[in-house]
Amino acid sequence: MSALLAVQDLKVSFDTEDGVVHAVEGISYEVKPGKTLGIVGESGSGKTVGTLTIMGLTRAANTQISGKAIFDGEDLLSATEQQMRAIRGDEIAMIFQDPLSSLHPFFTIGSQLVEAIQVHNKVSKAAARTRSAELLTMVGLSDARDRLNRYPHEFSGGMRQRVMIAMALANEPRLLIADEPTTALDVTVQAQILELIADLQAQTGTAMIIITHDLGVVAEVADEIAVMYAGRIVEQASATELFANPQHPYTQGLLASIPRLDRDRTAGLDPIAGRPPSLIAPPSGCAFHPRCPRAFDRCSADLPPLERAAAGSEHLVACLLSPEERSVKR
Amino acid sequence: MIRYILRRLLWVVFLLFAVSFITFVIFYLLPSADPAALRAGRQPNPALVASIRHQLGLDQPWYVQYGRYMKNLIFHFDFGFSYQNGVPVRQLIFSRLPASISLAAGAAFLWLVVGIGVGIIAAVRPRTKLDRASMGLALVGISAPVYWLGLVALYLFSSDIGLIPILPGANSYVPLSDDPVAWFTSLIMPWCVLAVSFAAFYSRLLRGNLTEVLSEDYIRTARAKGLSERRVVFRHGLRSAITPIVTIFGLDLGILLGGAILTETVFNIPGIGRLSYSSIVRSDLPVIQGTVLLGAFFIVFANLFVDIFYAFLDPRVRYE
Repeated sequence: MSALLAVQDLKVSFDTEDGVVHAVEGISYEVKPGKTLGIVGESGSGKTVGTLTIMGLTRAANTQISGKAIFDGEDLLSATEQQMRAIRGDEIAMIFQDPLSSLHPFFTIGSQLVEAIQVHNKVSKAAARTRSAELLTMVGLSDARDRLNRYPHEFSGGMRQRVMIAMALANEPRLLIADEPTTALDVTVQAQILELIADLQAQTGTAMIIITHDLGVVAEVADEIAVMYAGRIVEQASATELFANPQHPYTQGLLASIPRLDRDRTAGLDPIAGRPPSLIAPPSGCAFHPRCPRAFDRCSADLPPLERAAAGSEHLVACLLSPEERSVKR
Repeated sequence: MIRYILRRLLWVVFLLFAVSFITFVIFYLLPSADPAALRAGRQPNPALVASIRHQLGLDQPWYVQYGRYMKNLIFHFDFGFSYQNGVPVRQLIFSRLPASISLAAGAAFLWLVVGIGVGIIAAVRPRTKLDRASMGLALVGISAPVYWLGLVALYLFSSDIGLIPILPGANSYVPLSDDPVAWFTSLIMPWCVLAVSFAAFYSRLLRGNLTEVLSEDYIRTARAKGLSERRVVFRHGLRSAITPIVTIFGLDLGILLGGAILTETVFNIPGIGRLSYSSIVRSDLPVIQGTVLLGAFFIVFANLFVDIFYAFLDPRVRYE
């Protein structure tokens, strides 16, 4: 199956007053039609910037972008702004983290949905409203017609995110990018929204990139997972493989820091020591080495390439430890 | 909403009462020239001054005068007579009002168009030469006093003394009803001069607001929908950034309708501003009182209007 989106060696950096921020340092991944890629990482790991760049939303005078993002045979990074506009919201749609701040406070839900439909389709306002009501029903909102006349502040957080999802799916995109779609929501609502996204994805066959810092979220919806650290992918594998057999010390650390019911409550969590690195002056060698419990001499000197964890394996990892050393459970 | 408006209107009445009372008290408590003596002419004799004082009612205690004034005002909408020339104050004000309205409305239109236009251009091209130049110029505009700008404008462009005599200068105001063309040309310079500082302030304010709004999440959403940049800026960005402008605009216009004293003086436009200035110089209390009340009326109503309008602009605002 050929990829719907193939990102190749994507690099993004911003000139700021403090220096050049290397937000994304050469990432490559593929998203297959109908499948879900989870991109996991801490704040500042470049996961959001990477996808916004694919959408053409980081273009600015102070931004350097290189690499390729082949979507349906076309390179999005070299597409004109006009071509990108035709793709945004139509072929590729996005859902953002905070549904309250992501919806315009002064416009009704209806007008925002109608706008999303009309920008890509030559349909009457009445038809667009009918379609908007259908979309709201589809995402599980009752009294859809009535709700079209309401403003974002009259909705709860979960309902707003449903509206965002409805808006993103308005033009039946082939790729949906969900950037931390559940982070701003209550835990109970998170599960509902994830379930809704998974259901709708199954119905529409949309491929998805889900960006999150929460391994629990990707465990539920992702087929493939890429773990990012300091602008690079440090590990990439199928979801089942990654959870069963994490190779990179960072991934292992992330998994160890999740509270689990089957563990002794008094044992405490195992956080990753230290803080995310500066993207202006990242550490030499492997960017994770200052925080890595298993770092050795070479880690501060050599940049580990993203390689197969074992010969013939689809599991990729960027770590200088030998396969045997990596798989030793601490 | 209706209850809110009614409550606000009650406050307006109370406020106007308070303003009139304070004006009256200030006039009597603070030293000022004796209106009767001023009225009596160059060689006043005490008998004449006393008779004028009696005639104007100035020999009565201030609270009696105030009571009489308010009674006439409330029951007859009568603002009294000028101490100086005996003309009814209401007539004075209404004859002066068109000039002030002409000046304020034209200048307001000008500063809105220029201020908003420049603000948008600067905001969508942040940190470019265009942005820096316009914002630098705006700073100069804010800093330049209007009387200085007025004199410079007259020196440069007025048809009598100007270096490039292309526009009618001071003292050329013609009422709109007399000659619309002359009215327009005579006001071009005053409009521009009065509008400069406002346009400069509005452009800087809008640039700031719009720059902030354009970094909001919902603007990213609008872009992610595939909207054109023009639509993103004008429909989604400007819609939010303009709301604070509306508030200030209402108040500024309210203040100016009560008389633009400096501009009217520099260009010798017979408006409310000149009327209030000359009445203060001549201790002409009824006229002072009338112009102050008019100014207060415009300001409180502009305030009320802005607050009500805000509920339409921002759906999150609801008045109980």
